[in-house]
Amino acid sequence: MTEQEHPIVPYRTFVVVWLLLLLLTAVTVAVSRVHLGPLNIWAALGIASVKSALVIFFFMHLKYEKLRAFGIFLLVALLILAIFIGFTFFDVLYR
Amino acid sequence: MTETHPAATNERGFLAPTGNGLFGWIFSTDHKRIGLLYMYAILTFFLVGVVLGLLIRLELIAPGETIVSAQTYNALFTLHGVIMIFLFIIPGIPAIFGNIFLPIHIGANDVAFPRLNLLSWWLYISGALLALASLFGGAGFPDTGWTFYVPFSIQTHTNVTLAAFAVFILGFSSILTGINFVTTVHRLRATGVTWGRLPLFVWTLYSTAWVQVLATPILGITLALVLLERVLGAGLFDPAKGGDPILYQHLFWIYSHPAVYIMILPGMGIISEVIPVFARKHIFGYWAMALSGIAIAFAGSLVWAHHMFVSGLSDTAIFVFSLLTFVVAIPSAIKVFNWTATLYKGSIALDPPMLHALTFILLFSVGGLTGLVLGSAATNVPVHDTHFVVGHFHYTMFGGTGFAFFAGLHFWLPKIYGRMYNRKVATAAWAAMLVGFNTLYFSMMVVGLRGMPRRYYDYLPQFTSLNVTATVGSWVLGAGLFVMFANLFWGSLRGAPAGNNPWGGRTLEWTLSSPPPAENFPSPPVVVHGPYIYPEEPTP
Amino acid sequence: MSAPEHRDYTGAKLGMWLFLFTELILFGGLFILYAVYLHRYPGEFAAAAQELNLGLGAANTVILLTGSLLVALSVSAVRRGGRRATQLLLWGGVVTGLLFLLNKYIEWSAEIGHGIYPDSPILNQKPPGEIIFFGLYYVTLGLHGLHVLIGTVLLAVMALYTATGVVHRDDFVKLENSGLYWHLVDLVWIFIFPLYYLLL
Repeated sequence: MTEQEHPIVPYRTFVVVWLLLLLLTAVTVAVSRVHLGPLNIWAALGIASVKSALVIFFFMHLKYEKLRAFGIFLLVALLILAIFIGFTFFDVLYR
Repeated sequence: MTETHPAATNERGFLAPTGNGLFGWIFSTDHKRIGLLYMYAILTFFLVGVVLGLLIRLELIAPGETIVSAQTYNALFTLHGVIMIFLFIIPGIPAIFGNIFLPIHIGANDVAFPRLNLLSWWLYISGALLALASLFGGAGFPDTGWTFYVPFSIQTHTNVTLAAFAVFILGFSSILTGINFVTTVHRLRATGVTWGRLPLFVWTLYSTAWVQVLATPILGITLALVLLERVLGAGLFDPAKGGDPILYQHLFWIYSHPAVYIMILPGMGIISEVIPVFARKHIFGYWAMALSGIAIAFAGSLVWAHHMFVSGLSDTAIFVFSLLTFVVAIPSAIKVFNWTATLYKGSIALDPPMLHALTFILLFSVGGLTGLVLGSAATNVPVHDTHFVVGHFHYTMFGGTGFAFFAGLHFWLPKIYGRMYNRKVATAAWAAMLVGFNTLYFSMMVVGLRGMPRRYYDYLPQFTSLNVTATVGSWVLGAGLFVMFANLFWGSLRGAPAGNNPWGGRTLEWTLSSPPPAENFPSPPVVVHGPYIYPEEPTP
Repeated sequence: MSAPEHRDYTGAKLGMWLFLFTELILFGGLFILYAVYLHRYPGEFAAAAQELNLGLGAANTVILLTGSLLVALSVSAVRRGGRRATQLLLWGGVVTGLLFLLNKYIEWSAEIGHGIYPDSPILNQKPPGEIIFFGLYYVTLGLHGLHVLIGTVLLAVMALYTATGVVHRDDFVKLENSGLYWHLVDLVWIFIFPLYYLLL
């Protein structure tokens, strides 16, 4: 194996990310106990997205990938999923 | 492109026996052998599908029950659809010609994941056998149409569970091929094979591979949900339990519309290979051709609900999806214009591959234009679920992908087997197919416009003459197909040696021996210019 | 046959990421349904969510996040040549997977014991939105649980590969790819947890 281009990620980085993730989990639960109406679901999704970003960038090494294609492809996949959900709502929202 | 001296250690190349007999084939990880394994299976299923089509036309030659009961008729068209779509058209060109020629086109010795490739084939065979198994036992083969709409697919006693599971497995096969091809194009291009020098066939396979990766999983979950509904009764699509059957249609078409682009894009890629060779002219607008494939793949993922205009969608959705459907016609039209422009002032040779390619342009254009009639919501309403739709998709899928597939066979079989078929017979077969095809499917569109519904075994008496015409057309088409395949079969077995480059092609496969060697490129090729340079420099 | 196999580390990872996209879209289909039905039955979804065990759900979240930590650490460990550390971390990951499945078993036993399962007489008496909620709940969490099981097995296999030297500091892409799969399982749960357990 000749491609060791990116440095070995220190253990500490992962532990810090994990602690952040636990913290965000606590925040999610706390926020969900407050009645914000429709805002609740968006808050939950927003925090989940931040947690996901942490997992993807650090645990899954996306931050350390030299090839930009990885990030671009992920964006494409997310965009397609967003379109699938979003365009369905053109129907569901206006019936 | 470049000089490569093929390692002609054996005149039969990769076809030469390896000493492992059958196992040397069904456990081979050589992309060329896997491509042929696919071809043998796919052509078999195609011919079964053709026979089913002929049976359908026999039933429809007269009103009322003619040769089969209504129930059997429902199973017939379901089986015809499932076989043609999942066992022929979706895998067809990528699994056969993509597997054989994609690595060669980019100067590679195989795909990125050869063992995964073999697994793809095994999954295909497993799915196909499971699908055929659902013919037997229980209440017989599904009678729901290939679209498996709820609630009927959940309530019918026919073998929907097994058939849906079979299609799930087939979807997995398609996904793995998509993963393989995307990775191959990114990682295995030889020196000098820049994105701007890729054969257009590779561009279309690449676009298709993305659709296979991102759209097929939706089919997977949708079929899984049908299975679970039949088995567990969760009620996700059951109005009595709060479910919405239209959501099934959304999920189904979110895959199945992009699927038609999986079907057509590789076919367009073949046309883009054939036309420059037989017009001896550089393709007009290379980058427009390359990027329009990407555009079709993307835009095609935005339009699925145009299959649902009369299902109960909101007016907003009808408007949005209709508008977007017109948008996706644009990159397709760009391709048609550019092929035509390539022909202009070209030196045209009407060899069999070219005949099929030109026919593609004609038939696909008819299919595409009728697609606009269907995509425009207002005109969709009276023709929805009539034979007009059946005519439309046969023009695009058969007249389009089918004829592109035949063009590919006539173009590449001499390379694969090293032998040339009889060109006169091929031309005669083509002529019969052209006449038979249009007689069959144009009549269908007319009778559909006049109000004959699809998926009915019976029809009103005033539709009889057009149905008779269509059925006769199917016989002419069938005869042409039979002669074409017989000619290709005998030619590949016994024809005169074809030589390395019978057509004067400029892509890498024509620099290899016919058949190609087991190892494509013993030393990696270095490519210095694009694939459509005409007139060619004198080569030794 | 084909040329001597060359190893393409980046290509192998690229292939794995593409596979993960298919998993994303697979679950995505279920999230499409969730989104639509949540929009249609907000009150009933919230009411149904009350019946879920928030404690066990939260515990499972922490368990999976910890599993992800251990797996991420194992990749760094293998790159450092720490064979034993790598195995320990991977077996730790396996334990988190098993704990998750144990919790799931406890949760579902309770819920099924209360007569809440697809097409149960009790469930069918409830308002439509609640029937749909539980239908989606069982399908989505069931599919996810299946993936946890697969991921757990993969981690165990990687631990064994590390022990036998198949995976080592100069060839660990199998481990890295298994790790990617495990993280995907974690990612899906990151969304499942608030959407099913925390509705109000």
